[in-house]
Amino acid sequence: MKSLKKKRRVQVLLLTAFALVLATALIGYSMRDGINFFRSPSQVLSEPPKPGETFRIGGLVETGSLVRGASETVTFSVTDGAATVPVSFTGVLPDLFNEGQGMIGTGKMEGEVFIASEILAKHDESYMPKEVIDALKEQGVYQAPGS
Amino acid sequence: MSIWEYANPKKFMQTSAWALPWFTGLAVVTLLTGLIWGFFFTPEAANFGTTVKIIYIHVPSAMMAINVWAMMLVTSLIWLIRRHHVSALAAKAAAPIGLVMTLIALFTGAIWGQPMWGTWWEWDPRLTSFLILGLFYLGYLALWAAIDNPDTAADLTGVLCLVGSVFALLSRYAVNFWNQGLHQAASLSVDAEENVSDVYWYPLLLCMAGFVLLFIVLVLIRTRTEVRSRRLQALEARERLA
Repeated sequence: MKSLKKKRRVQVLLLTAFALVLATALIGYSMRDGINFFRSPSQVLSEPPKPGETFRIGGLVETGSLVRGASETVTFSVTDGAATVPVSFTGVLPDLFNEGQGMIGTGKMEGEVFIASEILAKHDESYMPKEVIDALKEQGVYQAPGS
Repeated sequence: MSIWEYANPKKFMQTSAWALPWFTGLAVVTLLTGLIWGFFFTPEAANFGTTVKIIYIHVPSAMMAINVWAMMLVTSLIWLIRRHHVSALAAKAAAPIGLVMTLIALFTGAIWGQPMWGTWWEWDPRLTSFLILGLFYLGYLALWAAIDNPDTAADLTGVLCLVGSVFALLSRYAVNFWNQGLHQAASLSVDAEENVSDVYWYPLLLCMAGFVLLFIVLVLIRTRTEVRSRRLQALEARERLA
């Protein structure tokens, strides 16, 4: 850089920036499906995972589908609006986990059922004061996020 | 009057000496107001309880971690093209601050993730690109320390800064590119519809402004130190020759 004239330095930098953008775009393009953290129920049903493959599934816990078993086992359905996959899980759930809330589970398919070994909660960025939500619910105009 | 006058070390030292107390006062007032408002005078959030108050540290520090790198990119480019030494020194001075901001954001993010998501860490696109940004800060500092010739060091770190910008951009926009991730979308952005309730939003804005001001204060102090240490080296070199 030191020995170059200013005009040449600008040219070198422009070339560098162009190469970087191109490299990033190519990597991003080739990995566009691999970078997703989880699969949606529609994706799981349309492109079934290999037998025994461990993957993550994510979506909303379908309202009315949550059944807490006798021990620590819970079953529920995860949905993305278009498709629904039944899930079974044994273990401790995060506090946020509930019907109508987002979740991401790690595990594998056994037949039609997704057997989860780990469940994470996913939430959106709408932080609302508790009083406001309670008031909205009282008036019956509250809509859960994502619904 | 051109903006490039401030690239003159003497002019820079004069102006920054005058500006520092003002920025310091402003930063202290803004940050204290924002944090006290946010921590003590906001209601509990539905589902999240008092934990939501982490956003007053997490969001500003994550924003700064990315924006500090953007500032380093601009000053590095100015150095590479126009060869103003103060500009290179400002980039060098900003890096440790950006690293600390990255660490704060990672740490507070983990404290949020454990109770809310059920995990301290996941290899989610946004979290991962942010971690890589932190590693780039480390590499940037190491490269400055590894090269003796200051001009060569400024050149090479400038190029490294250019490369690292990819990850600064990625961690900012990862949630938009790959929407099937664990991390929620940005709490605030200029172009999106507002999601955060106003009671949390106003103190958050203050905290973000406070973090920006704090960064300006720190980077001015550190750049002044770098300029002085450069002068000292020049004096010592002259002494040895005499």
